[in-house]
Amino acid sequence: MARLEVLKTYKIFIGGKFPRTESGRYYSPRDKKGNLLANVCLCSRKDLRESVVAARSAFGGWSTRSAFNRSQILYRIAEMMEGRRTQFIDELIKQGATASAAKKEVDLAVDRLVYYSGWCDKFQQVFSSVNPVNSSHFNFSVPEPTGVVGLLADEKTSLAGLVSGIAALVAGGNTVIALASESKPLCAVTFSEVIATSDVPGGVINILTGSKKELLEHFGSHMDINAVVYQGNSNEELSQLRSLASNNVKRISSYDKDWMDTAQQDPYFIMDAQEIKTTWHPIENIGSEGSGY
Amino acid sequence: MAGKEKKESGLWEYSPAPESASIGKIAPKYGLFIDGKFIAPAKGRYFPSINPATEAKLSMIAEADAADVDKAVKAARKAFGSWSRLSASERGKYLYRIARMIQERAREFAVIETLDGGKPIRESRDIDIPLAAAHFFYYAGWADKLEYAFPNRKPKPIGVAGQIIPWNFPLLMAAWKIAPALAAGNTVVLKPAETTSLTALKLAELFSDCGLPPGVVNIVTGAGATGAALVNHKGIDKIAFTGSTDVGKIIQKAIAGTTKKSTLELGGKAANIIFEDATIDQAVEGIVNGIYFNQGHVCCAGSRLFVQESIHEEVVRKLKHRIKSLRVGDPMDKNTDVGAINSKAQLETIQKYVRLGKEEGAEIFQPSCNLPDKGFWCPPTLFTNVSQSHTIAREEIFGPVLAIQTFRTEAEVIAKANNTPFGLSAGVWTDKGSKIFNLTSKLRAGVVWANTYNKFDPVSPFGGYKESGFGREGGLHGILPYVQF
Amino acid sequence: MTQRKISGIPATSPRIDQVGVEERCARFTSRSIKSTTKMQGLHMVLSMIDLTTLEGADTEGKIRQMCYKASHPHESIKGLPATAAVCVYPTMVGVAKKALQGTGVNVASVSTAFPSGQGPTEVKLADTKLALDFGADEIDMVISRGRFLQGEEQFVYDEIAMIKELCGKKARLKVILETGELGTLDRVRRASDIAIAAGADFIKTSTGKISPAATMPVTLVMLEAIRDHYFSTGEMVGMKPAGGISSAKSALHYLVMVKETLGEEWLNKDWFRFGASRLANDVIMQIAKQTTGNYQSGDYFSKD
Repeated sequence: MARLEVLKTYKIFIGGKFPRTESGRYYSPRDKKGNLLANVCLCSRKDLRESVVAARSAFGGWSTRSAFNRSQILYRIAEMMEGRRTQFIDELIKQGATASAAKKEVDLAVDRLVYYSGWCDKFQQVFSSVNPVNSSHFNFSVPEPTGVVGLLADEKTSLAGLVSGIAALVAGGNTVIALASESKPLCAVTFSEVIATSDVPGGVINILTGSKKELLEHFGSHMDINAVVYQGNSNEELSQLRSLASNNVKRISSYDKDWMDTAQQDPYFIMDAQEIKTTWHPIENIGSEGSGY
Repeated sequence: MAGKEKKESGLWEYSPAPESASIGKIAPKYGLFIDGKFIAPAKGRYFPSINPATEAKLSMIAEADAADVDKAVKAARKAFGSWSRLSASERGKYLYRIARMIQERAREFAVIETLDGGKPIRESRDIDIPLAAAHFFYYAGWADKLEYAFPNRKPKPIGVAGQIIPWNFPLLMAAWKIAPALAAGNTVVLKPAETTSLTALKLAELFSDCGLPPGVVNIVTGAGATGAALVNHKGIDKIAFTGSTDVGKIIQKAIAGTTKKSTLELGGKAANIIFEDATIDQAVEGIVNGIYFNQGHVCCAGSRLFVQESIHEEVVRKLKHRIKSLRVGDPMDKNTDVGAINSKAQLETIQKYVRLGKEEGAEIFQPSCNLPDKGFWCPPTLFTNVSQSHTIAREEIFGPVLAIQTFRTEAEVIAKANNTPFGLSAGVWTDKGSKIFNLTSKLRAGVVWANTYNKFDPVSPFGGYKESGFGREGGLHGILPYVQF
Repeated sequence: MTQRKISGIPATSPRIDQVGVEERCARFTSRSIKSTTKMQGLHMVLSMIDLTTLEGADTEGKIRQMCYKASHPHESIKGLPATAAVCVYPTMVGVAKKALQGTGVNVASVSTAFPSGQGPTEVKLADTKLALDFGADEIDMVISRGRFLQGEEQFVYDEIAMIKELCGKKARLKVILETGELGTLDRVRRASDIAIAAGADFIKTSTGKISPAATMPVTLVMLEAIRDHYFSTGEMVGMKPAGGISSAKSALHYLVMVKETLGEEWLNKDWFRFGASRLANDVIMQIAKQTTGNYQSGDYFSKD
């Protein structure tokens, strides 16, 4: 007798926990043949609000954590993901990918995590400066994370865009609320299960599923989101987002990229969600040539 | 010193030491600087620019409308081709030439800046003008070295930059905007603030003297409508704006549906934090420099003072003593420390906040000063007994008004300092190194001054977090807003 | 002037940031002193000078010539004030006293194994007693810098207090910190606080034998110590920068510093002095220039 498969309930990921949406709503993405993929949470603006609260409270700890430690945690995500390769491949195939494309996407996502893991304690060195001011002061500029960042993940890929976006943001010390691909949300939920077992502090990465059309407005207008990364090419969506962003001078980055391209990774993606801080301090100048304090 | 809040009776008062105004040659009327020539505005409208210290008219300034702005953008577009193709080292040499010529004419620029804007001649002479020249000099050298600024990238100019600058540092802000734009190969349409157009127009004359090709920099004068025409012009590739957060938000919204790039340098409400282990006397100087520099018309002014409770009394006493020695009055007097408020409108804003401060129960102190009868004046003002929820502790006043609060612990003051939508700058005073680094890394602000305040340098990136804007001006990081890859 | 109150050594002294001090000093020098302010200032400077000779080669004749200069700075300009004092070695106090009789010019004597201060306390006391016996109106003592740098603050304090006791009501005590040997502004401030606590009527920068002597930054730090003492006790202490101030222009900037740091109550010879030998002539030349409108030559002013 064939064994009855145990189906997974696809949840969302907020503050390190796996609730269903507070709204009780769901939607039912289907594969090409019309089979039900899952009853996925149709998140509400309240779910977004809860995520922002979680991301904000996680920000202090995550941004001040040592870069080396962040690097190890990102690498740990890659390790955990590697172990779940077949599950991700199965989900990608369910969502319409060929077997080879699915394998390629999972491999790429794991490698991308490793890539950004390596940047955690290096991009600051590349993009910082010591500035030789014309006075007796020591002056240096360093990148610091922008804060709580929204990510409207790539619609075309289930995993590649989402992971590329999240990895660059958290490598830089930001905390993230990601909205998964609406039509291919399964991998995003499974990815959150990977995160939950990878030493990532609760609230650093939050993953929602649902309607971009519905939630984009709230990502744009939420006063406690400091920046939004938009992966897509709809001018209408982008211009709505930018317009709403002016409420709190939100930073908007938009990328219309093929995230399956191995070349779409570099530290400039990290830098797009960084602020430059410049610090001054006097230099006492006693005892050297010409000084007569 | 013994006299309580009473103006000391001048045993040895400084005699007036006025700078000569005649060195500042101001024409009775200025047109728009478009395509290398001064031309009359299409509608023929002019508005007066006055000296805020005397209310006397200095000159008539052209008011540019949308048609004039269009002309300027087209001139910039036309010039972009040859300017961006010019060899980078030659571009740099133009900037070097501009820097040197500003230095040669520094005193003239300083005098006009002070007459037009009301800031003390000491500041325009020692700070604004030398820094403006230094900015051109610094970015001149970047022109042919840009590929070293961006690892693994080939920077290209963006195109035509529309730039809108404020009235608090007129020439300096023009330099901050124009120098990196030109160094990277862009062309510019610049709109100065309507109350302080003169030094930008003098700079236009200087550009002609330098042989800068026509159209590379165009200057359109006017008020908000002129700025709006520039922001909304389809031929602009980039907007760089320095000014209020309110207007910054309007601009961000206005260009939302376009591909225009932008950098915004907006308002601030900086925390200046004094710990009990600080070098108190130098901290007091830092407080004074933080809030009374340029009449407090400084976006990064240290307008929220946090003093550790154990030294509150000492700091306030020293601060009051110190501000009694500040000389308020004729900006052209070389001994003036605090000049005229830039405009009547700004004075009214400041007075509104001073009134609010009193109404909300804070305790005011102003030294007695003999203020001139004409012109716009506000004595250096401080409020004690302020709490975080007072309006004067939350909103940007943009005047010489300090709100003083106390704190007990590091954790408390970090939380209070960051409890604002702004994030432009902050100050920290303590003699303990490890505490400095704790504070400087936790304060959410783009510029943090530790044991100093209000220092500026062309090599030092400047710009905000949160609602204080985005993008940096100055230094290596100040090039990024003017290139694309 | 009332007798200074003595207190114990303060537990700590404020820390000083050198760069901030220099920035503040730059602001003093950017003050533009013109017309009546300048003339008034120059007269004030002249009246605050301790005309000084402290040479191994000092002779009675040299002292008498300098005393005449002190009481009659320049005969051809009317209304010039005499200098505040002359400053000499203890052995010359008698000569100077006699030469200055009835002029109102004080005689100050250096003491306590000047300039190094490297002598036994008994010698220092005897040295001071001698100067007082000769009739010195003011005693300019040096602190034991070696002991101070060794951390023996109590020793330094006690020495000052003993000398102060000896001076009693007879003479005002100026305490020379020799800031050029202290190394940091933090130590300048600490030494100032100790000297003030031990009863100094004046604190003084330098002997003139060590470079750097008086500078604006050290003077500012000392003025701040005086101001803080005044804030906490209401008691005034005087200040004397000495050595290295030779131009009238720079002396005027010192007055600006005193005015803006302490207040105008300090702008007289009771509370502020310049220790200088060459400054007087430059001040007189500037006064002559202000009066005649012509720039002056040193050939027309006596170099005593």
